[in-house]
Order: sequence, then C-alpha cells, then structure tokens
Amino acid sequence: MGGHSNWPEWIYIGVIVAIMVWVGAEAWDAERLVEHVPEDAETIIVTGQQWFWTFEYEDGTKTIGDLYVEVGKAYKLEIVSKDVNHSFNIHDYVVLMDAIPGRVNTVWFAPTEVGTYDIQCREFCGLIHYNMRGTLIVEEAST
Amino acid sequence: MVLELQKPRPIWQIMFSTHHTDVGLLYLITSLAFLFLGGSLALVIRAELFLPGAQIIGDAMTFNRIFTVHGTTLIFLFIIPFASAVGNYYVPIMVRYKDMAYPKLNAIAFWMIPPGGALIWLGFADFTWYATPPYSIISAPGPAADMWIFGLKILGISSVLGAINFIVTILKCKHPDMSIGQVPLLAWSFLSSSLIILVAIPTFAAALLMLLTDRLGVSGFFNPAMGGDPIAYAHLFWFTFHPEVYVLVIPAIGMMYEIIPRFSRKPIYSYNSGIFAFVLLSIVGFSSWAHHMYATGMSFTEKTVFMVGTLAAVPASAMHVFNFIATMWNGRIKFLTPMMWSVGGIALFFSAGAGGVANAAMPLDFTTHDTYWVVGHFHLFVMGTIAFGSIGFLYYMFPYVTGRMYNETLGKVHFIMSFVGTVLVFFTQHVLGLYGMPRRIFDYPPIPEWIAMNQIATVGAMIIGISMAIFLANMIYSSGKGKLANTEDPFGVGGKYYYPFEAKNPSH
Ligand code: HEM
Ligand SMILES: [Cu+2]
Repeated sequence: MGGHSNWPEWIYIGVIVAIMVWVGAEAWDAERLVEHVPEDAETIIVTGQQWFWTFEYEDGTKTIGDLYVEVGKAYKLEIVSKDVNHSFNIHDYVVLMDAIPGRVNTVWFAPTEVGTYDIQCREFCGLIHYNMRGTLIVEEAST
Repeated sequence: MVLELQKPRPIWQIMFSTHHTDVGLLYLITSLAFLFLGGSLALVIRAELFLPGAQIIGDAMTFNRIFTVHGTTLIFLFIIPFASAVGNYYVPIMVRYKDMAYPKLNAIAFWMIPPGGALIWLGFADFTWYATPPYSIISAPGPAADMWIFGLKILGISSVLGAINFIVTILKCKHPDMSIGQVPLLAWSFLSSSLIILVAIPTFAAALLMLLTDRLGVSGFFNPAMGGDPIAYAHLFWFTFHPEVYVLVIPAIGMMYEIIPRFSRKPIYSYNSGIFAFVLLSIVGFSSWAHHMYATGMSFTEKTVFMVGTLAAVPASAMHVFNFIATMWNGRIKFLTPMMWSVGGIALFFSAGAGGVANAAMPLDFTTHDTYWVVGHFHLFVMGTIAFGSIGFLYYMFPYVTGRMYNETLGKVHFIMSFVGTVLVFFTQHVLGLYGMPRRIFDYPPIPEWIAMNQIATVGAMIIGISMAIFLANMIYSSGKGKLANTEDPFGVGGKYYYPFEAKNPSH
C-alpha cells in the first residue's frame, strides 16, 4: 500500500506465469509422445502381489521376479494386481505404473541396451514392500 | 501487549478456562509436545536408514508403524494445533474483539485434540498417512487401524469447529470501525485457511467413514473384492488433502507477514497483494488434487487438466515470496531469532516450490513420484517453511506469553543448526529420489549412491535433533529464569510498525 506503484510485482508475476506456461507446454508435448504405444509392441502381463512380480509373455510362458526382454523391441506392459496397490517401476527406463486391483493399467517401453536393471515396487504395499524387487534382463535380439 | 498473565495460576484454572489466550496456551503446549514426540520418531527412522540392513528397528512392521505415526503426528498434532495456538492469541486482538466468537466451542475444539492424539499413539497404525485401500481394508492390522480412523475423525471435527470460530470471529466480531480490508494479514491467513478447511475436510470425513465400514465388511466402496474401487478413495483423499497443504502453509506465511515488516522496520510492501494471494490460493488450490495420482492410470486428458490446475496455483505462492523480499529491500533489518527463522523459511519455501513444479510436469513425475524426491519436496514445506515460520513465531511470541526473553544466542544457534540440517536432509533426499530410492522402505540394497545420501540425510537429521534439544532447554529455562522482557517493545525495533493498525487497537 502507501501509494507506490506496483509494476515490479506485475513483471515478476508475468515472468512466473510465462515459466509455468512453458513448463506446462513442454510437459504436455513430451507426455503426448511418451504415451503413444507403438503398433508392434509385444504385450506382457505384469502381476503384482504381496510381495513379488509375475510376468506373463505372449507365448504363454511365465517368469517370477525376472523380466526377460530383447533389446530394440517395444513392449507394452499390462499391469494388474492380485491384492493391494503396488507400483511397477524400472527406474532406469522411467517406467512407472500403479498396479491396482480391479484395473488394468498400461505402460510401454523399448529397452535400448543389453544388461540388467532393477525392478522395484514404488507404492507402499505392506510388510515386505521394501524388498519387492526384481530384475529386468535385456538380451540380444534373437533374430 | 501482554497476552498472557505472568502471575502463576493453578493448572486447572487454565485447563477449564475458555479465554482465548488460555486456550491458545493449551494449544501451544500440546502442539510442542507432539513436535518433540513426532520428531523423535523421525530420528529413529533416520538412524535405521543410516546403513542397509536392520539397524535399530527389528522388523518392517515396526518401521511402517513409526513413519505412519510420525507423519500423522506432525501434520495433525503439531502443525495444525500450533497454528490454532497463534490464531487464538492473535486473531481476537487483531480484529479488536474481547475473545473468540464462541469461547466454549473454542475450548471444545481444543479438548478434542488430546483424545485424537491418544488414539493415534496408542494404536500406532502402519498404513501410512493416507491409509490407502485396499491395503487399509484387507491387510492393515486392527485395532490400530481403526483407532487411527477414529483419531483422525476427531481431529477433523476439531479443525472444522476451529475454522468456524475463526471465520465468525473475523467476519462478524471485528471492530465496527475496521473494514475487512484493514484486518492484518496474519488474521487474513486464518480466514483463508479456515474457509479451505470448511470446504475440504467433509470429503475426507466421508471417506474415513466409508473406509471404516469397508473394514467392518459391511460395505465395499473401496474394496475391489466387493466391487469397489480404490481410486475413488484416492480422489476423495486428495480432494481434501491437496487443499489441506495450503491450510498448513497459509498460517505460516501469515506469521511471516507479522515478523518480516516488523524486523525490517518497514511497512509490508503490498498488503493488497498479500490478501489477493491468500484468496487466490484458497480457490485455485482446489483444482489440482489429482497431481498426486499421475501414475494411477489416469488418461492423458485428466493428467493435463490437473497439471494445468497445479501450475495455475504457483503464481499465488510466488507472490508471497516477492512481497517478503520487496518488504526487506532497503529495510533496516534487525536479524534477531524470529527474523532469521522467517527469512530461512522463505528461502526454503522458494526451493520447495521449484521442486513442486517439477513434480507437476507429468513426464518428470514418473521419475520422482513415490521416491525420496517427494519426501524431500514436502518436507521443505512442512519442515522448511511451516515449522520454520512457526518456530520463528514462537520466539516472537515468547516475551508476550511469558513476560521474559529467551536466550538470543541459543535461539540463533538453534536456527543455524536447523537450517543446515534441513538443507542436508531434504535437498539430499531430492537427489536420492532421482537415483530411484522408493519412499517408505524399511531396508534398501547396498547401492553406493543410496548409502552415501542416506548417511548425509541421517547426519543432517541428527543436527536438527540436537538443535531441537537446545531449543527445548532454552524455552524451559527462559520461561522461568529468563530476563524480564520489555513488553512494550521486546525486540527493540520500535513500535511504529508493530502492525499497521496498532495505533487503533485499544488493548495496547
Ligand atoms: C508451488 C506449489 C506446489 C506444487 C507445484 C506442488 C506440487 C506437488 C506435486 C505434483 C506432488 C505430487 C508428487 C508425487 O507424489 O509424485 C506434491 C506432493 C506433495 N506436496 Fe506439494 N506442491 C506445492 C506446494 C505444496 C505445499 C505448500 C505443501 C505443504 C504444505 C505441499 C505438500 C505436499 C505433500 C505433503 C506431498 C506428498 C504427499 C504424499 O505423497 O505423501 N506441497 N506436490
Ligand atoms: Cu498436492
């Protein structure tokens, strides 16, 4: 108050609003691309339950704890839960999706390098939540 | 302005009193007790995480119970009652009324806190502070879980009663000579946060009842096995608790509005922009709740809507930062303890907000969500901003409440150690989150970066712990033996800018 003009504050607000618009636009654009699942992606059903992950591949085989994929291919993960909420996470590939009983959530990724990566649960799910871990094994392409 | 009488009185006289300063004192002491209780749990958590493997807590169940009660205590039994303490002392004086509008209701609202707190502490539930179903329905052990639900129910009612009282006191009981546009910003902060409480809390109150009947097996609102949907709970919960974070932060900002101009010996840069930012935040704050739920499988459109809602609230927070800096600009600043806490709080508020913007940007949130980043983010608010603002204000109120001065050197030591500790713990936790460490884990694999950062965080927490012991000693010693305060002007900053309308306040 007190009669001084307020233009510095208006400039400041303008700058903040501009930054927010920029962040929002960039985020919108990036998320739009990230969410576009490639047509040829192979589907893997990922089931979370207290306190381990099960993976079911298109050919009907199942693995527990270890997820096997091939480098360069795209995978669409359908994430479900048998009991409480979990969250499927491969931090190195920024894969994160909640496993919620009664729902099927999808997320996709395409491994770019051969190797092993950590899989973990990132949503609190009880006693052994801290050790609901697994391994992503990225292998050479078979063909 | 002596808010509290110096002459000793029997404890029951204060306990059965309905006078606003007595109820304020009860709130104050209760909230501080819970600050120390909840804070001790934090030290236990940090000690456990110092190294991989079990350290001092034998099992994961105990660990889960400890962090659940830690969070619940500091939010509902420290931050909220502390704000009520300040509101009780100051709001009636600032609107020039003899008491709160409904003194008996005021005392009742306070007396709901001890039973609520007792339920939470005696139960010691394990399902985190958001009690997410279906875990909380099918897995969480009773009676702890049920006691937590009842405890929160009682605390929720208490804050609604308190909110009604503040709103009526400010709007209906203010002195007729005073327009609403003259009410000091601290009182405005209580008006805005109380209005948010009224709109936000009933939703969670309903969700809690639904959770309880789900646990009893008579309903299945959130239980997929009975056709319910856990996501419904997430919406109800966050519809209350995203706005609720502003309920927590707004009074702390209000406290800074009282301290900063006074110790800068300048009027507030823009009173109107302060009001505008409070009101704007109270409204826009309701449009962002599902930013906590990006990873639950929401559609792209939903995510975008809530991201825009979240970003829209940022300018309203940022305006306060500007106002504070512009007030200090060219001021004759006197860096006494309360001012140091406020200025430190603003710096951390700014950092916290910057991190929040990153969370809000949807693709980035898939890196940060439910990692230690989020823990770092909201602790920069709850500890760095709210506790800092509150503790600074406690030093500021101290001479008015006790008639004595605290020890200034110890106050400064407390600030410096807490500030360093806070930076060490919560900035490090942001980075730890980027390295992928999930929150709420009892143990972790020996990844070298994780170990190093956990150790830095633990050391920081211990520094905060020591500073809080110094604080406690200072408060206890000084309230009995400190040197007598000059209650006209305890900080020697002159009365002119006490607060803008002091001259008209007959109670001075
Ligand atoms: C600039 C303003 C803010 C922005 C943009 C912001 C943004 C966010 C976002 C997007 C999340 C979700 C992160 C995730 O779980 O992945 C979050 C979490 C959180 N924020 Fe903020 N926030 C802001 C201010 C505040 C304030 C003022 C407080 C508290 C006083 C606060 C407290 C919290 C809490 C408690 C959580 C985490 C809750 C939990 O998961 O346990 N935030 N914030
Ligand atoms: Cu939020």
